[in-house]
Amino acid sequence: MKTRHKKLILIGVAVIGLGVVATLVLNAFRSNLVFFFTPTQVAKGEAPLDRAFRIGGLVESGSLRREPDGVTAHFRVTDKAQTIPVTYKGLLPDLFKEGKGVVAQGRLNNNVFVADQVLAKHDENYMPPEAASALEQAQKTQKTLVLPQEGK
Amino acid sequence: MIPELGQFSLILALLLALVQSILPLAGAARNIPAWMSVARPAARAQFLFVAIAFGCLAYSFLTNDFSVLNVTQHSFSRLPPIYRFAATWGSHEGSLLLWTLILGLWTMAVTLFSRHLPDDMVARVIGVMGLVSFGLLLFMITTSNPFVRMLPAAMDGSDLNPMLQDPGMVAHPPILYMGYVGFSVAFAFAMAALISGKLDASWARWSRPWTTAAWAFLTLGIMMGSWWAYYELGWGGWWFWDPTENASLMPWLVGTALIHSLAVTEKRGSFKAWTVFLAIGAFSLSLLGTFLVRSGVLSSVHSFATDPARGLFILAFLAVVIGGSLLLFAFRASQVGLGGRFALVSRESFLMANNILLLTATGSVLLGTLYPLFLDALDLGKISVGPPYFNAVFVPLVTPLLFLIGVGPLARWKQAKVPELASRLKWGFAASLIVALLLPLTLGAWKPLVSLGYLLALWIVVTVAIGVQGRLRTTTAWSANFYGMNLAHLGVAVTVIGITMVSSYETERNVRMNEGDTVTLKNYTFIFKGAKDHDGPNYQASRGTLEVSRNGRHVTTLYPEKRTYLASGMPFTESAIDYGFTRDLYVALGEPLGGGAWSVRLFHKPFVVWIWIGAVLMAMGGVLAITDRRYRITSRKKERGAA
Repeated sequence: MKTRHKKLILIGVAVIGLGVVATLVLNAFRSNLVFFFTPTQVAKGEAPLDRAFRIGGLVESGSLRREPDGVTAHFRVTDKAQTIPVTYKGLLPDLFKEGKGVVAQGRLNNNVFVADQVLAKHDENYMPPEAASALEQAQKTQKTLVLPQEGK
Repeated sequence: MIPELGQFSLILALLLALVQSILPLAGAARNIPAWMSVARPAARAQFLFVAIAFGCLAYSFLTNDFSVLNVTQHSFSRLPPIYRFAATWGSHEGSLLLWTLILGLWTMAVTLFSRHLPDDMVARVIGVMGLVSFGLLLFMITTSNPFVRMLPAAMDGSDLNPMLQDPGMVAHPPILYMGYVGFSVAFAFAMAALISGKLDASWARWSRPWTTAAWAFLTLGIMMGSWWAYYELGWGGWWFWDPTENASLMPWLVGTALIHSLAVTEKRGSFKAWTVFLAIGAFSLSLLGTFLVRSGVLSSVHSFATDPARGLFILAFLAVVIGGSLLLFAFRASQVGLGGRFALVSRESFLMANNILLLTATGSVLLGTLYPLFLDALDLGKISVGPPYFNAVFVPLVTPLLFLIGVGPLARWKQAKVPELASRLKWGFAASLIVALLLPLTLGAWKPLVSLGYLLALWIVVTVAIGVQGRLRTTTAWSANFYGMNLAHLGVAVTVIGITMVSSYETERNVRMNEGDTVTLKNYTFIFKGAKDHDGPNYQASRGTLEVSRNGRHVTTLYPEKRTYLASGMPFTESAIDYGFTRDLYVALGEPLGGGAWSVRLFHKPFVVWIWIGAVLMAMGGVLAITDRRYRITSRKKERGAA
């Protein structure tokens, strides 16, 4: 009887422990997920205002401007349908170039995307997948929007 | 001619792998000694031919044979020879060949150091490893042939990715793979034990040194990867929770659980089924990690769609290995029977807690790594899971784990007495607590996480000392196993101190610097002396000069570079670091801002090298444990008993 009790207690503790751990892990997971939005989605107001998210697309040609401190950069990210102004304080990655793909993580502040991270990828020819998909989506929507929201 | 020779060797190796697996496995099942005895020579011949194939590919790279597609894509005539050699495994195809070569190396080692094992065990172990090798060779030959020619030949190559042109990258992949692939030995032993149905403590003793060796290599491999990321990426970070890093961390976590669980199985006969499960898990995650990193699926899950044959093969291979071994496990596990009983408080129960925590950590990394891939593959949207998630999960999981390092080794097997443990540990705990609370005050700001980190590190150091002292009181006899364990645990403490210090007290500045400008970080003054052109063998660079002084005394001169590689036109930041035992000074160039000014990134990183020193100590502890005479003596006794 005694050993059976012990066993039950052990199993109970294990189940409760696992439950607590699973809850904690899933909670941490949910609150730290970073979603991705295309410039078009941001322009439509689909992006959250109260948490960080990612945007991706091309750095618009001629849009890069540096403040005199040398480390604050302003540029625009476009999916060729919409553009979003971005500011970033810090050194830009090696492969950051106008006309090339980029992914930035940050928050929206007065319609300006304040990035705390601009992502570098490892290869000259390689487009960050998120940037590529933003362009793709924008192209698709532009095609399907031949008869756009007049009905609204 | 040479590439064709390599191709031919690969095909021969494939056939030999088939012989190496089918005959010994069938022979062991039907008890035909002649068939079983094929295992060793077939494995050695297979290794020979894989080595020839590897040699042929390396030769093509070293001689700039740009009629080979792989060479054209990953090498360049002006690349220094050592990097041309390293480029052999710089591609998906080449890294698979390296993987297979290392699998052959481990199999070779098994054929050499298995004389004390029963013949059917050896036949099954080598047979299982032959099956794995067969799968990889088939994959290589059908979908990822490294020897594909291109006609007409290219004039020159498109160069190796600049990030891989580094001494660290020459050594990192082979050592990491030694770790990954080394778990195949533990896996093969577990499979052999499952097939034979003889899941006693002896298979645990046989596979223990192999598993520890693989784990030590993996520890070293991850450490080198982390160090490489630190100095090569120019961001000053040492761990990014990047999927490629997570892919190597997962087998390490399960492997760590495995070496602890093997100890219980060997010494006490408990956890038998669990240990087998972990051996399957460690190897499966190694396979998963290799494919995740090497198949291109991380940069785009849709790379599978563009090359469906490759993706399908990988999925099928993983399904066969993982599914097949788990199925076998499910059939046999019920026959395993319970091992020695143990009480609620005992070394076994502490090691069980260790295993649960390590597996939970693995699960959380797996979730954070694979979930975004699944969502993307199913077109359900793109998400990313960054460092905040992993940090939020890891601190609460690792804290009890590190606490257990202190308690576990001091607890008795079977049943430990809480009062006895408490009386041995209370002063150590009190001392660690007091020092941990006060020490951060001398470092500047008091932060709770710093105290926690120091508490755990000091706790490990103190309990290791108590354990060693306790042993010396009863015996002065050398035990490589015991001291190896303690060395590895000390390594954990050293790494914890490094992580604590660098994540709480590092200083970073991103500034614009004109010639003659100074920046001061923690008493170190950096003077920018401008940047000059500097040509490398296959790149052009702007090389900055920064004089560093402390309290007016010269410390060092740093030369960070901004390179442009000729073949690819790829820009690249080469940071400059002054390493020190208690601090690193780290400088990287950003961009030229006109008029000789540059944006510059400067770091003061306290104790950062401790992270890697600790990892090296862990690996050394593992190596020390392998040399334990016990493994050899018990096996010799067995041999005598059998003879």
